[in-house]
Amino acid sequence: MNAALAVRGLVKRYPALTALQGVDLEVQEGEFFGLLGPNGAGKTTLISILAGLTRASAGRAAVMGYDVQSQYREARRRLGVVPQELVYDPFFTVRETLRIQSGYFGLKHNDDWLNEVMHHLDLLPHAEKNMRALSGGMKRRVLVAQALVHKPPVIILDEPTAGVDVSLRQALWKFVQSLNRQGHTIVLTTHYLEEAEALCGRIAMLKNGRIVALDSTRNLLARADERCATLNLRGDVAAAGIAGLTAHGEGAWRFRFERYEELEALLARLREQRVTVEDLQLARADLEDVFNRIIATT
Amino acid sequence: MSAGFNTLLYKELLRFWKVAFQTVLAPVITALLYLLIFSHVLSSHVQVYPGVSYTQFLVPGLVMMSVLQNAFANSSSSLIQSKITGNIVFVLLPPLSYAEFFLAYLAAAMVRGLVVGLGVLLVTLWFAPLRVDHPLWLVSFALLSSGVLGGLGIVAGVWAEKFDQLAAFQNFLIMPLTFLSGVFYSIHSLPPFWHEVSQWNPVFYMIDGFRYGFFGAADVAPEKSLLVAAGCFMAISGLTLALLKRGYKLRH
Ligand SMILES: Nc1ncnc2c1ncn2[C@@H]1O[C@H](COP(=O)(O)OP(=O)(O)O)[C@@H](O)[C@H]1O
Ligand SMILES: [Mg+2]
Repeated sequence: MNAALAVRGLVKRYPALTALQGVDLEVQEGEFFGLLGPNGAGKTTLISILAGLTRASAGRAAVMGYDVQSQYREARRRLGVVPQELVYDPFFTVRETLRIQSGYFGLKHNDDWLNEVMHHLDLLPHAEKNMRALSGGMKRRVLVAQALVHKPPVIILDEPTAGVDVSLRQALWKFVQSLNRQGHTIVLTTHYLEEAEALCGRIAMLKNGRIVALDSTRNLLARADERCATLNLRGDVAAAGIAGLTAHGEGAWRFRFERYEELEALLARLREQRVTVEDLQLARADLEDVFNRIIATT
Repeated sequence: MSAGFNTLLYKELLRFWKVAFQTVLAPVITALLYLLIFSHVLSSHVQVYPGVSYTQFLVPGLVMMSVLQNAFANSSSSLIQSKITGNIVFVLLPPLSYAEFFLAYLAAAMVRGLVVGLGVLLVTLWFAPLRVDHPLWLVSFALLSSGVLGGLGIVAGVWAEKFDQLAAFQNFLIMPLTFLSGVFYSIHSLPPFWHEVSQWNPVFYMIDGFRYGFFGAADVAPEKSLLVAAGCFMAISGLTLALLKRGYKLRH
């Protein structure tokens, strides 16, 4: 069986820097895959190569087994990309935009599917409006719809929820999850790590054009053996000079630890210093902690 | 050609047709103003061909100038706008071949040029009687010349990264080429130096050959002009296709 996406030794050199320094990656059919990394890590570059918008300096990339360069027609028919930038053509209405996009893929009588997509994205009331007249969030929805006109088996969303309001984010994820359940492979880059944590089965972390972590979300979270306590304290905490406490807002402090003995020792020390604990909350580290740790240590 | 090509052509046609006021009507009016001013100033002084009034002489030149400038404007402005706004991705993501891409932008540019040219021709009917001696020559030159400038517009649109670069292309190449080409005069009436320069200007041959289609008279043999126009068309098409195939500036 072919992988939905297969990337081998992918290198992209720009005159001033190397955006991808040999990336190997396989995403299997039906996965919900997260591509994470700080700004400038190379996520968009990787997506652009898969989509044929950029040419690799070295290495290969394939969509559903079709090389993005030599078999670009087959590859592109199977891929839908929601670009990171909020782009649109101001000459057309929403419906015209989607019909034209269908036409580019050779689909003539596609209105039933277009209506269905517009319905799921709450675009039907805006179908006859000019693109210029839409809000940013609406334009983003149209971009998602445009990526889906040809029912691609593989869908890549490049930061689709950046700057988008909460209700759209939730509606979008419901829709994308239902597409995933119907068998579409989903690849997502996002800055909202809790999104990746909630949605993605597997995650790759990219930094400076290299993959620095690639694992199931569950395994990545398990790496976060560190725990975190948030304490509300009364008393002169600063004067007490206790190691490991970091300020976290008005009267609140954070303490990171791995073994509970460390927390016991902290509490004993606070009592000694006549600092009163008013509230104490414990939390497991989340993906954000894992992410920050991996990014910081690689 | 695939359905994808048809859609891209349709989109490009719709793009200029939706704003026909600026893309068709405005250039027709510009050409009409040229006609009124030049024929008023010069008609009593100049006669180029026997039995052809100066106003009549002017018409093919103005029509061709409009065809050329509008064919160029269509492909170049469509591409640069798409590049700058970023919506060029919508045509780069689908499975369109570079040849389909080229032909769609080229055909739309030719249609825009020819529609404007036809518009100019129609309004000039009020001012000068129409005479068409060799319609096939006329149509051949109209098609080839709109193709050359449509192709050049694709090259300029792909190459330019900002509007002012495109404006420079237009001001320093397209405008001089079209104005120093015998639109308003026969190059035989020029001083020797400019006469020589004009002979190196391919647009001169396009206009001269086009005029032959109307009056059966021209400054150079129409066969030679046709050869120049066809040669230019093939050269520009070859260049454009090579650039698009490489993904020059579009898929970098
Ligand atoms: N066209 C380009 N020319 C030069 N450098 C580029 C170009 N596109 C991206 N880069 C650089 O490549 C690196 C990776 O960028 P990008 O893939 O957009 O990162 P991300 O999407 O992860 O934020 C960045 O340093 C960026 O500045
Ligand atoms: Mg990016």
